[in-house]
Amino acid sequence: MAKKQTPVKHFDPHKNYLETMKAIGYVSRAEATRKDYERIGFKSGLEVHQQLKTKQKLFCRCPAGVYHNDTDYHAEIIRHMRPTLSEMGEYDGTALMEFKTRKEIVYRINNKTTCTYEIDDTPPFPINREALEIALEISLLCKLNIVGEVHITRKQYLDGSIPTGFQRTAILGVEGEIQLKNKKIGLIQLSIEEDACREISDVGHRRIYKTDRLGMPLIETVTHPHCLTPDELREAADYIRFLNRSTGKVRTGIGAARQDTNVSCEGGTRVEIKGVSHNKWLPELSHNEGFRQWALLHIRKILLERVSSPEKWAMRHVSIDPYAQGIEHVDALKFADMGYQIIAIALPAFKGILSHFTQPGKCFTNELADRLKVIACIERPNITSNEDLVMPLSENDTTRVASLLKASPDDAIVLIWGPADDIPTAIETIEERCRMAFEGVPRETRRPLPDGTTIFERVLPGADRMYPDTDSAPIPLDEAYIEKLRERLPVDIWHRFEQLAQMQIPEDAHAFLLRRNLVPIIEEITAMGFPSRYVGTLLGHKLKRIEGKYPKHKDFSYTRIVDLFRFIKENKLHHSLAKLMLPVVYQYPNMDFNSVLTSISFKRKTEEELLAPVDYLVEKFKEIKTAKKDRPENVVNWVMGQLHKQALGNIDPALLYSKINQRVR
Amino acid sequence: MEDIFQGYKGRSLEVLKKFNVRVWGKAVIETTRGEFQGTVLPRAENDDDTHIVLKIATGYNIGIDIFTIKSMKEVGYYKATYKIPEKEFPYTPNLPKVKLLGTGGTIASRLDYRTGAVIPAFSPGELYGAVPELANICNLTTEKLFAVFSENMGPEQYKALAIAIGKEIENGIDGIIIGHGTDTLSHTAAALTFMVQNPPIPIVLVGSQRSSDRPSSDAALNLMHATYTAGHSDIAEVMVCMFGPTSDEYGFLHRGTRVRKMHSSYRSTFRTIGDTPLATVSLKDGVRPIKDTYNHRRKDRKVKILPYFEEKVSIVYYYPNMKPDIIDSLVDNGYRGIIIAGTGLGHVNKPLYPAIERAKKKGVHMFMTVQTLWGYAHMYVYDTGRDLMAKGIIPAENMLPETAYIKLGWVLGQTDDPEEVKRLMLTPINDEITPREPYNGYLIYQGGVPEVEEFIRKFRK
Repeated sequence: MAKKQTPVKHFDPHKNYLETMKAIGYVSRAEATRKDYERIGFKSGLEVHQQLKTKQKLFCRCPAGVYHNDTDYHAEIIRHMRPTLSEMGEYDGTALMEFKTRKEIVYRINNKTTCTYEIDDTPPFPINREALEIALEISLLCKLNIVGEVHITRKQYLDGSIPTGFQRTAILGVEGEIQLKNKKIGLIQLSIEEDACREISDVGHRRIYKTDRLGMPLIETVTHPHCLTPDELREAADYIRFLNRSTGKVRTGIGAARQDTNVSCEGGTRVEIKGVSHNKWLPELSHNEGFRQWALLHIRKILLERVSSPEKWAMRHVSIDPYAQGIEHVDALKFADMGYQIIAIALPAFKGILSHFTQPGKCFTNELADRLKVIACIERPNITSNEDLVMPLSENDTTRVASLLKASPDDAIVLIWGPADDIPTAIETIEERCRMAFEGVPRETRRPLPDGTTIFERVLPGADRMYPDTDSAPIPLDEAYIEKLRERLPVDIWHRFEQLAQMQIPEDAHAFLLRRNLVPIIEEITAMGFPSRYVGTLLGHKLKRIEGKYPKHKDFSYTRIVDLFRFIKENKLHHSLAKLMLPVVYQYPNMDFNSVLTSISFKRKTEEELLAPVDYLVEKFKEIKTAKKDRPENVVNWVMGQLHKQALGNIDPALLYSKINQRVR
Repeated sequence: MEDIFQGYKGRSLEVLKKFNVRVWGKAVIETTRGEFQGTVLPRAENDDDTHIVLKIATGYNIGIDIFTIKSMKEVGYYKATYKIPEKEFPYTPNLPKVKLLGTGGTIASRLDYRTGAVIPAFSPGELYGAVPELANICNLTTEKLFAVFSENMGPEQYKALAIAIGKEIENGIDGIIIGHGTDTLSHTAAALTFMVQNPPIPIVLVGSQRSSDRPSSDAALNLMHATYTAGHSDIAEVMVCMFGPTSDEYGFLHRGTRVRKMHSSYRSTFRTIGDTPLATVSLKDGVRPIKDTYNHRRKDRKVKILPYFEEKVSIVYYYPNMKPDIIDSLVDNGYRGIIIAGTGLGHVNKPLYPAIERAKKKGVHMFMTVQTLWGYAHMYVYDTGRDLMAKGIIPAENMLPETAYIKLGWVLGQTDDPEEVKRLMLTPINDEITPREPYNGYLIYQGGVPEVEEFIRKFRK
């Protein structure tokens, strides 16, 4: 006789989510203090990728920086990536996972940007010397120990982002440092490498890439995990970006610089968040990752309290027909209609775990769902449970499935679905991830989302994926060559910060000036005798606003601003006019400066001419005044307002003001 | 004695000795450029003697300039021995028995990640470890015949292979695959076509254009296609099995006498010249014949093994202004056969005439092939051709120059009688001369033509 099943008591996943969030002591980024990061043992470091501004790609003669849209291609090529064995005769974790996914990789090739090298049908050509030189300059700026000989290495990637299955990369220097405001951050190494494909889509078992960006020269600067708060991380990222740009030889614009950040908490694991395209996103992302790991360690603690021998833990699963079982869940029925297989799973001792907080708005179920998508290639939604935050199993469903699985009240009840071919991998994936929960934080790379959370991308590859590139010869770097490069290095970024402070340029302008590498421009202009504070503010505030407002003309370069000031000097104009001329020069850099003056209706006037209408204006002000009793400065200010624009360029506005003041009082 | 300074020589060797640091030693090196730490790796023999190679903690290799070294200290030692894991190749009843004969080409291999040395995977167990799918295709056994690179394959190896194949057939094997470097794969395929006649089973030569230590290698797929063909196909001929398009889609089966490597690095480098390939092969669709006539698989074991080869044969690739001394020196050095790759329909210039006449008088056998690769030697069209024939050069129809070279070597290994040589050369054994050239035997479309571009965009080439 069948044992009578007790109905599963109603469980409130939202309540559990909030309670567990509190239990781990989660605080939002806005509320968090240095103490909170000390409490969880937050540590982070950076891998900063920066494209170099070269004409050609790194290992072939294709043009660099020419992009095409997704449908603009001439041919497609299909590849599959097979894992190769490591030294120990083991398959690398990532490799195995990528192979499990059985992805068909499609490359869309445009003849203008891609040759037989990128698609791995021809060995590499000798390394692009222009790129190597820029990368070496930056290595010197980073105070790295420069290698005596560059060895090209193959770093395996099986996601298909590089058709060879590996990236050609080489170390140029090791152990350097950068000087932040309050501390030094150590650098592990700097490498030069080829950029990867851009992904077009990744649906089911088919991933499509385009190869325009593939092979472009890139450097990667890797820091030690010395950043102990998200703010330090941001500061380090900015510093490295400014440093790279100070050479004037790196690419700017969307995707030209991308950061990966490694984050861990005390007892956690190094997890890599890949491809953060804006430094301002780093603090939120690293904050959430620190606490995600903290949450996973809490989950581990709970599970180990419940399960005495984790190695014996196993889940139970059964294939079900939701109609035959009287299941009501909308998604389960919908996917059953699509011919998907539906699997019911009991996770012993996992009650309260699936809805355990991991990241804002996310719980442990997301860890499972993300892996189902990536490893088993099942698009979301691919899972539900009695603890689902969005669409949980009803009490009725839970009771039926629990009885089918002979589940105990401490079990979590899960449904997953997918094409029959993917189900074995899916089941394995769930079991594998749940087992990992007993160990803590899995080693993985994660993809950033705009809301500051992350999703699983792949298993973090081991060190065993580096191979010497047998297709390339080593490149010696002799002393004379290094010394030659050292002589023409730009000024250090920390020194730039000091300079900006000395010039009394407002601090909120510093980031923009360094990002655009404008300090050399300021230096050039002030050398002509213009006040540095005015020039710095003009470039740091006014130019920034102009750039945000108008599209940049292709012929505009910052040296045009130097020309502008030279014109002002030669024509004995006052520099205050630059403010009015700059928007025009930015939009029409080829216009001669006299025409620019015409376009802003500038007229030359002497001091007398300017002051002539003052008396008239004072009378006028009395006619239109609104207040009964006028304070004299109101009159002065109004008159100044009327004359200000015509004064610009003719006279120092401050001088004009004092003259009006004299007249009025 | 073990070499503890593997690959180092001259000045870098002196530095290692001076500081007492060995290859595989973990070293801390003080230099004028700062400190470096890592494991000292062996150095490639042809590299200079002024650098020391280190593997650093992150897995990368770097070189240290010995002139910058202030001091060096060995702080540990760890020598890795690299081995490919062996898993027993599972026996599956009802699957065909396939034999892999190894020549030294690395159809399956692993890189030693420390040194970059290629370690071949060869035993069934190693191959199973690398390409487990093979176990679903056949029951595989292997035999390593020699260990030479493709470019060093020659008559001795052709003959040994032919004899080994004969033995395997006699022992009842269902199919044979031969792992081979790709550079001279088609030469060996031609030689085996002549030396192993009337085989009852498929004999498949296979290689790879990208070594199997890389994730995008064509080796695994080629190996699967080849074992499938050997075990399951009905085509009992000597074939070359390599990628059809450069995509991972299907392979071509080419007749051993009409196939040629046409690109120095592409995966789809092998093409049948002047005809269509025999068939396509893929795991999804199996072997799909393109040609409707071929030799079918048989139960009997009646194969003729003819392992002969005369080594004093050469190919002369004619160029404008070639001087007669080229021919003279071959004759003076005792060459007995010359294949000429002539221009156009099969021509050389007049200044060579006396040298050709002299060679003929000395009993040298001369055959004309075409540099154009596609098309026949037609020596009646121009006076030059007629002159040359009168002087004793025999047009070899549409035989490929390399195939003609192999065939002449094989023929001269059996006879020196001019009439018999001519008869054997011009009697095709398996399409080295075809009576007709089909219209789709020559297809080299040019990029840029709209309809060609459309085709390439739609169908992966």
